[in-house]
Formats: sequence, C-alpha cells, structure tokens
Amino acid sequence: MKHVVVHEEWCLGCHLCEYNCAYANSGIKGMAKALKGKRVFPRIRVEDGNGDGKNNITFAVSCRHCHDPICAKSCISGALTVRDGAVTIDRSRCVGCYTCILVCPYGAIYTDGEGAVIKCELCLSNQAGSPACVAGCPNRALTLEETD
Amino acid sequence: MKTYVIIGGGVAAVGCAEGIRSVDTSSRVIIIAGERRPAYYRPMISYYLEGKTDFEKMEYRPAGFYEENKIELICDAAVSLDSASHTVTLSGGDTIRYDAVCVATGSRPFVPPMEGLDGVTCKTGFLTEEDACALEKAVTCDSRVFIVGAGLIGLKCAEGLCGRVGSITVCDLAPRVLSSILDDTAAGIMQKKLEEHGIRFLLGDTVSRFDRDTAHMKSGVDIGFDVLVLAVGVRANVSLVADAGGLVGRGIVVDERMRTTLDSVFAAGDCAEAADISSGSRRVMAIMPNAVLGGRCAGINMAGGSASFDNAVPMNAIGFFGLHALTAGSYDGEMYEERGDGTLRRLYVKDGMLSGFMLIGSVERAGIYTSLIRNQIPLETVDFEELRRLPSMRGFSPEYRREHMEGWK
Ligand SMILES: Cc1cc2nc3c(=O)[nH]c(=O)nc-3n(C[C@H](O)[C@H](O)[C@H](O)COP(=O)(O)OP(=O)(O)OC[C@H]3O[C@@H](n4cnc5c(N)ncnc54)[C@H](O)[C@@H]3O)c2cc1C
Repeated sequence: MKHVVVHEEWCLGCHLCEYNCAYANSGIKGMAKALKGKRVFPRIRVEDGNGDGKNNITFAVSCRHCHDPICAKSCISGALTVRDGAVTIDRSRCVGCYTCILVCPYGAIYTDGEGAVIKCELCLSNQAGSPACVAGCPNRALTLEETD
Repeated sequence: MKTYVIIGGGVAAVGCAEGIRSVDTSSRVIIIAGERRPAYYRPMISYYLEGKTDFEKMEYRPAGFYEENKIELICDAAVSLDSASHTVTLSGGDTIRYDAVCVATGSRPFVPPMEGLDGVTCKTGFLTEEDACALEKAVTCDSRVFIVGAGLIGLKCAEGLCGRVGSITVCDLAPRVLSSILDDTAAGIMQKKLEEHGIRFLLGDTVSRFDRDTAHMKSGVDIGFDVLVLAVGVRANVSLVADAGGLVGRGIVVDERMRTTLDSVFAAGDCAEAADISSGSRRVMAIMPNAVLGGRCAGINMAGGSASFDNAVPMNAIGFFGLHALTAGSYDGEMYEERGDGTLRRLYVKDGMLSGFMLIGSVERAGIYTSLIRNQIPLETVDFEELRRLPSMRGFSPEYRREHMEGWK
C-alpha cells in the first residue's frame, strides 16, 4: 500500500496541498467553482505556526494511516474502518461525537463544519483517484511511497 | 484443541475474540452473550432515538463475522464461574470447560432505593438497544419525560428524545450536569446549550417519593411525568469473579495483561478496573476504546501471545446539539486556562507532565494532548508554550515526529 510521505525539510509552507485536497474532495469540476469564496475543509493541514517566527519549520499533517489505528478502534459508530491498509470514513455513519479527534495522536482528523469529521482517505474514492496533495506539491515535500 | 470462553457479548468480548484469533485460528472460541442482539455500538442508542442510525448500521461486526471467524455465539447468561475446575455454568445448568476465560460483562444500571418506584408503570433504564426500543414505544409527541441522572447517559438520552416528546426534565443530586467529568464552569456551558433546546433541569435535587406519575422532589417541587428514565449510574458486573474468589473493587481488578487474580481468568471492558496512568490509581474507565483495546489484549494473552494494555486513561468525548466537551486524564496539578465566547480550554500539569485537560467548544486536534498524557511525555522535551495555546505537531521535536509518525522524514 502506498502512503503519503512527508519530507518536512522540503515543505515551503505554500498551502497548495490544502487547496488541492479540498478540490479533490469537493466533487465539483473546476477548481475555482469548487473553492472560490468558500470556506474550505481540507483533510491535510499545513502547520506553519501562523508566522510566529519562532522557527521556520513547516509541514503538512494528514492521516498517517497507522497500522493499529486507535481512531478506528475508538469509533462509536463504525464510521471509521480500515480497508486495505487505509483508514476510511463512512460519513453516512459518522454522528460527529469527536471521539476520533480525542484520540488521534497527530491531530489528523478534522471537523467538517457540518457536524461530522473528515480525514485523508488517500483520494482513493474521489475525483482525483490518487493523492492530490502529492501530485500538486511543488517541492516534493509530499511523496507517494510504499511503506511497510 | 483448546477452548476459550468469553462471557458477555459486547465490544470487549468481540475485541477479545479477535485478539484470540490473531494468535490462534483453530481453537474453539465461545462467546456467551446476555443480550438478544450480537454486539452493537452501544453509544448509538441515543442517536437511534434521534433517527440518525438504525439497528443494521449499529451492528458492531458484519453479519458473517462470527461464522467466518468460527466464533460460537451462545445467547444465554453465565451464572457462575469455577476457577478450580475451569468451568462456567449457564442459566440452564449446562457447564462449559475452558482453558482460559475472559469476563467482559459490562455494567448494569444502578437504581438507588426510591420510595414508590414500584408503582411507576412506565419506566426504563438507558443502557441497551432494548431500552431504546422500549422508550421509543413509550413516548408520543406530547409525553412528559422525566430523567433521573444528569450524567453522560441521562443527557444523551435527553438529546435523543429532544424534539420527539412534549417536555424533558432532568434531575440530579449533584449541583451541576456531567458532574463526574466537568466542574461548575464547564458544566454551566453545557447546561446552557441543553436548556436552549428546551431541556429543563432540577439540579442539587432528588426524588423523595414517587406517587405513580408524580415525583415529589426533596426541594418541594412536584414533577408530573408520563415516562421515567432511570440514569443515576451504573455498577460493574463483577459477581462472577467476586463469587469465585477473585479480587474486585469497583470493577474486577486486572493487571496490564488483563489478568484477574484468578488462574486463567481475564477481564476487560466496563466490568474491569485497571491502572489509570494519569492519576496512578485504579479505576473503571467505562469507554469504548478501553473496552476494545483491553479485550483484544486479553484475547492475545489468553491464546498464548503476549500483549499489554498499560496506557489507559479516562477520557470522554461528549457533545450536545453541536457543542462538544472533550476531556481526558485527571484534573490535577497546575492549571492553564483560556476562556472564550462559549469556549473553555483547560490544561493540567503535574510533575512535568500533562495530567489532564478539559476542552469545550474549541476541540480541534485534542488527541495531541491525549497522547501527551497516554505516552507520559515529559513537557521539557516539547514546546509546551506553543502546545498550550493550540495543539500541534510543531510543538514536538523533529526526532519525535520521525520516530512516531508513520511515513515521516
Ligand atoms: C447511552 C450510552 C452512551 C455512551 N457513549 C459513549 C461514548 O460516546 N464514547 C465511549 O467511549 N463510550 C460510550 N459509552 C460506553 C460504552 O458503550 C461502553 O464503554 C462499552 O459498550 C463497553 O463495552 P463492554 O463490552 O465492556 O460492555 P457492554 O457493552 O456493557 O457489554 C457487556 C455485555 O455483557 C452481557 N452480560 C453481562 N453479564 C452477563 C452474563 N453473566 N452472561 C452473559 N452475558 C452477560 C451484557 O448483557 C452486555 O451485553 C456509552 C454508553 C451508553 C449506555
């Protein structure tokens, strides 16, 4: 199974991955139409300290698809499950209890603004088909690699 | 061939069976399940009342699961356990011999003696899908519902019923809602939200006597009702182990391998009490993650594998009408607080580590805090100044990220 690998020293903090993610998951054709003027809820988020100037480290956090995902074990509705090595979410089951937000050690599950949660599903079932964050990363700070 | 017996058909039982099967695919695995349905997502019963789910979706494992994994499901109650002869006796008198047994019996409602309770015709607890079905049948759009207990279960029930009944009144002896996980300030925020949705509260008050469909309160107030829900609290089902001579406190005492003090007897889930690493004391931590993880750990060890579950912490994610409270650990030590409009963030630091937190309203990425507690990370190794304001992975060292986060370079 290929996963999104983060090379933090290459991250420019440009946030493109967030927009590509939001677009890939929007179900709408045309990036401008999908994103312009809307509040976006990407499943990958860049940490840049909001320019606090403390250190210049930036990187993007998305689900790590843990081998032993505590989010799926803790899910009270069965919305989070592991399918072929990817942690996926069935949003029709999610009741927005936020137990997964409480247990994800990396803070990689986000609220969706509508009462449920969203997370990276490796673009396996959206219009991109493979991780849009990786495809659009201008500095190869995100790559798709076989991990064991 | 060995025989592994699991008593109780909830998620801890299924976790245990899966743990056994991860080590041993051929031995007999028997689950003795006390409810009419195989394991389901118990917390969903309030969402069922809200119409957000159905019983098919609530099933914990797909239909073919038990057969595929050669798990024998016996719908019956175990009445006794004999650790000397390694046998379990069922309600019909049959006995089953085991090589190892796991007690995963969960809890039952605790109903304090209340005068006149027997005379109340329409009453139920709120722990099982059967309770939810009974409640659904009992209520109409103008029922007056009276819930005794403003804890997690009573309030989830109130939320579930809100909008489909005439009125909901909740009482509790404690002066605030969710008294076991929140303090007055935090509880006040949650209560306000519930009140905005028409739920009425009588706090610091208790029923002195029921007179059929009227509750006479200690305060002198009389509450008329059509349906009574008893949600005062729960007690762990410990009797099988206690009667067999095993050590029990509020729950069945287990070690980090989920072993009880009896030979070849394990326990997991809401019936067990284990070490809480955030406080160092033993507690019943009655939440799904602990049941699933503890059950799995027990199963692996029963089948001869090796596993330990040694980082349990109490934690709760609870929300009403879109307002969420996420809490974990113990509220002990130095407190950092930040209040906003309808939000509250509190972190507790003790002995150089995060011991607990309470977040209301603003809860994004709370799991980063939970992991600081669970993994007992010394705060001197992280940028706590930054983390205190907002949870982030930037607050950790690059080495930490590389070591802990899969696919990180
Ligand atoms: C309304 C509600 C909301 C909840 N919300 C949350 C939440 O948001 N998050 C969270 O983490 N947790 C929540 N919980 C708690 C969670 O449901 C439990 O922690 C979890 O179900 C525990 O699993 P268990 O297998 O240990 O016990 P249980 O689910 O209680 O299962 C035990 C089973 O054993 C059976 N049994 C008992 N005695 C015997 C016997 N002698 N023989 C045979 N069978 C027996 C019982 O009938 C029962 O079916 C909630 C619970 C309720 C009731």
